[in-house]
Amino acid sequence: MMTIIYAVAVLGGLGLVFGVLLAVAGKVFYVAVDKRAAEVLAVLPGANCGGCGYPGCKPFADALVEGEAPANGCPVGGQELADTLGAMLGIDPGYSRRMTAMVLCQGTVDHCKPKYRYQGIKDCLAASLVADGNKSCHYACLGLGTCVAFCTFDAIRIDTRNQIAVIDPDKCTGCTVCIGRCPRKVLSLQPAGTPVQLLCHAAERGKLVSDNCTVGCVGCDLCDKACKFGAITMVDNLPVIDQEKCVGCMMCAEVCPTTAIWGDFDNRKEAVIEREACIGCGICKKLCQFEAIGGERKQPHVITEACTGCGACVEKCPKKCIHMRVRRHLRDALDNAEARAALAVFGNDRE
Amino acid sequence: MENVFVILVGSILVNNFIMSRFLGICPFLGVSKQLGTAVGMGMAVTFVMALASMFTYMVQRWLLEPLGLGFLQTISFILVIAVLVQVVEMMIKKLSYGLYKALGVYLPLISTNCAVLGVALLNMTENYSLLESVMNGVGGALGFTLAITLFAGLRERFELTDMPKWMHGFTGALITAGLMSVAFLGFQGFIR
Repeated sequence: MMTIIYAVAVLGGLGLVFGVLLAVAGKVFYVAVDKRAAEVLAVLPGANCGGCGYPGCKPFADALVEGEAPANGCPVGGQELADTLGAMLGIDPGYSRRMTAMVLCQGTVDHCKPKYRYQGIKDCLAASLVADGNKSCHYACLGLGTCVAFCTFDAIRIDTRNQIAVIDPDKCTGCTVCIGRCPRKVLSLQPAGTPVQLLCHAAERGKLVSDNCTVGCVGCDLCDKACKFGAITMVDNLPVIDQEKCVGCMMCAEVCPTTAIWGDFDNRKEAVIEREACIGCGICKKLCQFEAIGGERKQPHVITEACTGCGACVEKCPKKCIHMRVRRHLRDALDNAEARAALAVFGNDRE
Repeated sequence: MENVFVILVGSILVNNFIMSRFLGICPFLGVSKQLGTAVGMGMAVTFVMALASMFTYMVQRWLLEPLGLGFLQTISFILVIAVLVQVVEMMIKKLSYGLYKALGVYLPLISTNCAVLGVALLNMTENYSLLESVMNGVGGALGFTLAITLFAGLRERFELTDMPKWMHGFTGALITAGLMSVAFLGFQGFIR
């Protein structure tokens, strides 16, 4: 009987002593854990895609709470999530730029020379194993649709006539799954809705590129020289457009001899001066880098055709009488289909 | 003093816990992918084993035996070890959060590491004194650290070699562990 009592007492006593010890240790070695991390984690998409640059949603939540990650860091959640997180944590939600995958190649069969006639498995990886693909450019999109199978959002399709992948920017969520699957590394995550975009990633010498493809970037540096806002730097024979600095004047796309830089000319802007409010101070005229503003001093100024829509004058006008509007095109003026077709034959059909 | 030295060398090399007693295999395979984490794990285990040897000796000799409660040995040892692991976990979390994250689930698993309970029970069967027990614990843990460090180094290089794909990962790890065990067998007979 005594043995049982001793046994219970000893084990109970040990447990009590250790309990006190742990309680003391808990106080001594206390580490503050932010409870908000769990709440933040609950509102994150939970895809663990890694698009934020952290290994998964949990590390991103921790970084958010510690103030290391920006509220707009999650590309999947977008602006809506950024606002929610901003409100939860009391930080600036920031402007979350929507990112979409883009095919950095315009090498359709008409533009990029075929190397040989490929008749194997309909798969880009298989094709690129045969003498580096059936298109002469090492960087070209082969258009056999390896990426299509991996897109869970049905955002990629293959233009079979032109042999190139086409991404629907409205459906693409920027999840980056396809980017890792492309054996040609031709897919890239780019900010959506930018005015200009380099649609080529051939980091070869100009001669090689122009031999292979009529729309490849030859690294001629004209865009760099044409950019008056310092948004373009040349890296590996390719211009890198800093979208933060880009004002959307589209001069780079305009000067590009191979149309490797795409410009959203449909939505190109131009400045308009309210004649009544303009006092003719000449500030805008002096400021315009494209000499697009005419008119005498003390007379209302006029904006000419040379305006690129950079918008530099709008801010500086003391009377705030300059506004931006989408430029009107000749094409819009011609309302019949016949004229449109005639234009498409002559010009770049994008313009 | 000579005896203590023999115990120390014996538990590090000859009776290495992993290589010849096959105790504590779980963290040995689990935390040996990176050299840094392996060394950290070794340090944590060393700390726990040294303290466990000391406290279990005290509990056994000064509490259980005088009261004739030898049958409570296992359960009270487990209690001691569990508490020690908790304390170590708190300490590591406070002192080195990086190591805490890297060790992950294997840190609380030290409490179920049979090497720790093994050393405590072995100390009692061998009738070691307090100093000898602690030395056996420290030696055993250093042997564990030695084995896991060497193994992690091997595995790190192994991952970079041009091996068939099926040899990467656990297959290669287990074969390597087996070969290392054979190598450690060479120490047998150093001491009787």
